Amino acid sequence: MKKTIAIVLAATMIGAMCTAAFAEEEAAGVMTYDEYIAAELDSEVVVETYVQAKQSWWEDKATLYTQNEDGAIFVYDAACSEEDYEKLVEGQKIKVTGYKSEWSGEVEIVDATIEILDGNYIAETEDVTALLGKDELADHQNEKVSFKGLTVEASTDADGNEAAFLYNWDGSGSQGDDLYFNVSLDGNTYTFTVESYLCGSDTDVYKAVEALQIGDVIDMEGFLYWYEGPNPHITAVAAAA
Amino acid sequence: MTGKRMILGLSAFLLAAGLTSGGCHGSRGRTPFEVPEAFDTDGSFEITFWAKNDTNKAQTNIYEKAIRDFESLYPNIKVNIRLYTDYGKIYNDVITNIKTNTTPNVCITYPDHIATYLTGDNVVVPLDDLFENADYGFGGDALQYDGPAQEEVIPEFLKECILDGKHYCIPYMRSTEACYINKDYVEALGYEVPDVLTWDFIWEVSDKAAEKNADGIYALNGQNVMIPFIYKSTDNMMIQMLKQKDAGYSTPEGDVLLFNDTTEEILYTVAEHVKKGAFSTFKISSYPANFLNAGQCVFAVDSTAGSTWMGSHAPLSDISADKFVEFETVVRPVPQFSPDDPKMISQGPSICIFNKNDPQEVLASWLFAQYLLTNEVQIAYSETEGYVPVTSKAQQSDVYQEYLSREGEDAAHYDVKLQAAKLLLSNVGNTFVTPVFNGSASLRDAAGALIENVTKSVRRKQEINDAYMEKLFSDVTSLYRLDQNTGGVGEDGKKELGELPAFSGGLLIGLAAVWVLIGAVFLRRYLKSRKQHY
Repeated sequence: MKKTIAIVLAATMIGAMCTAAFAEEEAAGVMTYDEYIAAELDSEVVVETYVQAKQSWWEDKATLYTQNEDGAIFVYDAACSEEDYEKLVEGQKIKVTGYKSEWSGEVEIVDATIEILDGNYIAETEDVTALLGKDELADHQNEKVSFKGLTVEASTDADGNEAAFLYNWDGSGSQGDDLYFNVSLDGNTYTFTVESYLCGSDTDVYKAVEALQIGDVIDMEGFLYWYEGPNPHITAVAAAA
Repeated sequence: MTGKRMILGLSAFLLAAGLTSGGCHGSRGRTPFEVPEAFDTDGSFEITFWAKNDTNKAQTNIYEKAIRDFESLYPNIKVNIRLYTDYGKIYNDVITNIKTNTTPNVCITYPDHIATYLTGDNVVVPLDDLFENADYGFGGDALQYDGPAQEEVIPEFLKECILDGKHYCIPYMRSTEACYINKDYVEALGYEVPDVLTWDFIWEVSDKAAEKNADGIYALNGQNVMIPFIYKSTDNMMIQMLKQKDAGYSTPEGDVLLFNDTTEEILYTVAEHVKKGAFSTFKISSYPANFLNAGQCVFAVDSTAGSTWMGSHAPLSDISADKFVEFETVVRPVPQFSPDDPKMISQGPSICIFNKNDPQEVLASWLFAQYLLTNEVQIAYSETEGYVPVTSKAQQSDVYQEYLSREGEDAAHYDVKLQAAKLLLSNVGNTFVTPVFNGSASLRDAAGALIENVTKSVRRKQEINDAYMEKLFSDVTSLYRLDQNTGGVGEDGKKELGELPAFSGGLLIGLAAVWVLIGAVFLRRYLKSRKQHY
């Protein structure tokens, strides 16, 4: 009799555990990229994606550019220990659970947690030069992109002085702050940025932009961040091939 | 602005906690500063000045000109400037440099931050002796410039610089918050903008502005985006609402009173209007100016120091020209619960001086800090934004009065900016500041987090009820470490730690008992050995 009761109890426990695990798995269902795109703002989302670049870590919060085979996802201020942040190398697969949000046009996941998974994927850079100035560019938001054959135009600071780049948007900054520079293509001018949290003053791209001259023709790579319109965060600059 | 969200917003409480719990270990205490009898004009002094600007080239130009002018008056003092655009970053860097004794000499800061700096020994110079010095104090005889007398520093602003009975900083600029209003929209909804906004008015109009047509387009602006009421700094929002309601926030000693019934009532009200689509915040949506200027907002609350970004003719903007919508902008004080007794926050940068081994270097720092209160610097800097000078000497000068009289003439006299400055000038008596203590910066963050969390939760369709509030209060208390005794700063500048926890006390008693027992054993053996000898 005692044996029977023990078996029943054990079976009940195993059953309960399986049910709980199944329920948990179902609740944490990973979305496809299309499902993520279709999800309403402020709804909970779960995605599996791959780190392409780390923008910043501060007080157990990480901001990441991620992308999988289907599209890019910006992860803002996700809970992440410093130890885990070190593990987030380029290509590292992660599961992100958070809320879809929009800040000044930038669609992103906020208030998220990150789980490090096995897997690696580094996205190819997509040339979106032809989409500059077109609405379709928004479809590539946060992706790793390139722009080819653009000409450096003068940037004008708040005092009316012209330069190939400015520290801060109006020239009010100093080395170490974000760099802003203008480039043109087919008569249209666009403002690009070297985001100092993503690429600090000791990086090649920061130094390369500091060395730009008005009239230089350049190729660039970076991430298609959005702030009231496209605001590419550049990670590499070279003379046009 | 330019889209860079501050990632340092939460840093204050963690760093403060770190400093309190041992961050100062390794920093050697300095000798308290004593004012030298005379400034050494033969010596050579190099001082560093960490300055904050609003990402505004005009402001950095003024700092640089002030340094050039000062150096020409004092050729033996060289001032090296380091520019910041974020108070949080200055705060973090100061704390890091306190540990290594490499603080700047002169620093733009907030009194809340100084309260944390004071946890180190003689780190920040108390300025009272310097104020009163006949040669180098306010309006001193030996000064090479025409600075203000102490009584010419606006008393309300100077009072904000007192911590534990001593002045640890001087005010540099002052601002408050203002509500920037699309008057056309208010009138289109059938209302008139009153001289003093009430919270009831703001919520009623905002709810109406949030109404949509059958096709999902907002009826008021014909666009698919409308945030009727947006608030930049939700910590200020909560603090001002509590003050207006005469409800608890904190005591001067650092006791946290934030989590009370009035706070809960405010949060339920916020939740009600978020649900109707009437309210959002900077952290959740974006800069208020971007929505206001694009005709996607009716009421935008932001600092008067951000006034050049506000309005359909704003000289500064992050949105493209084609997104601007034409409307009349009016400026009002922040909404009130009692219009006859308005209350609004006083904010803005102050200047502190860090102690150094050489008192002459400290005196050189003071000479420069005080120079920043001269009319030339005060008026020039205040004109860059909706700041007001902190001295009556500057405020009453002909130059400044003429500036105020030219409202709307050109971009330099942008009407919204001047209205914002006048708003504060006419309401100095209605301003207040919150108590400053070690941990007050964390409490401020917590006050804002309550509104941010409720707003986000409603947007995420979570139910806001008593259980939610209880958990919110608990989570915020824990996250911002408000359950740890923040306490005041003692007379000696050290944090008062309060009573020893019972466990620690027991442990110490136990250790003492062990030592007593060890002593007893040794004594017994000693007596025994003596007995054997004799």
